[in-house]
Amino acid sequence: MTINPDLQGRSYPAAEVYDVGREKIREFARAVKATHPAHFDVAAAEALGHSDLVAPPTFAIIVAQRADAQLIEDPESGIDFSRVVHADQRFTHHRPIIAGDRLVAELHVDGVRAMGGGAMITTRSEIFALAPGDATGAAGVREPVATTTSSILVRGEGQ
Amino acid sequence: MSIDIAALTVGQDIGSRSITVTRTDLVKYAGASGDFNPIHWNEAFATGVGLPGVIAHGMFTMGAAVQLVTDWAGDPAAVVDFQTRFTKPVPVADTTGTPESGAVIEVSGAIGALDADAGTARVDLTVVSAAQKVLVKAQAVVRVA
Repeated sequence: MTINPDLQGRSYPAAEVYDVGREKIREFARAVKATHPAHFDVAAAEALGHSDLVAPPTFAIIVAQRADAQLIEDPESGIDFSRVVHADQRFTHHRPIIAGDRLVAELHVDGVRAMGGGAMITTRSEIFALAPGDATGAAGVREPVATTTSSILVRGEGQ
Repeated sequence: MSIDIAALTVGQDIGSRSITVTRTDLVKYAGASGDFNPIHWNEAFATGVGLPGVIAHGMFTMGAAVQLVTDWAGDPAAVVDFQTRFTKPVPVADTTGTPESGAVIEVSGAIGALDADAGTARVDLTVVSAAQKVLVKAQAVVRVA
């Protein structure tokens, strides 16, 4: 299987809405061994000026990897998930992710580069929060929340 | 809380910590993150694709390592940018049923750069497991006062 070089420049529009729940923030925080009270205690988050629990700095990976799945599962991509290795990751926060946010992610394929028999693929997720009352994002009023970039190495045969 | 940028110097140590990891931790991270790649929980699958055994999610290591920065900053929202490259896997031994950890990740941080105009400090993390650097160019940009 070979990686489709035409993937470069491709975009996948925002699909499902991700609702950020308090218990999910707490669960994710425990899973990365975070102990800061702003992840667990609403009063502690409010004392820091936040309206609700604050997600840990890498929480956006949940939304970004859902967006990446659109590419990996795209039969045209030629990506074999069992041969994928995560090479690098970056999170740029335009504002923190807060419990109650409703997020959508737009996926952009920024780079596809042959490496041996495999390929390095760089994707970028632009994550936005929907305005209150905008159930589906159809109203188009979105606040930029985070930009995540990720490179994955798809190993070729024998790599 | 607020950190006074004038009180910071490049090279200054922000502390260190040891993170113990078990197979149970990897299962918890899989569930919390939605990343169910079997290389993180199934030994036969992991060795079958040429790995030494079950390895930690790179995102587990990245997410756990940044807690040193979050706690130093005093507010998780102060971490405005965080990046890393994943260079070596972290194999996690199966210690199920014992009090032993399956791997230990050592994290230490130092101020790598200061930007007074932006009001930010860059913290460079050194992240080591079994004497190997597992993250490289692990840098967190923190908003300071």
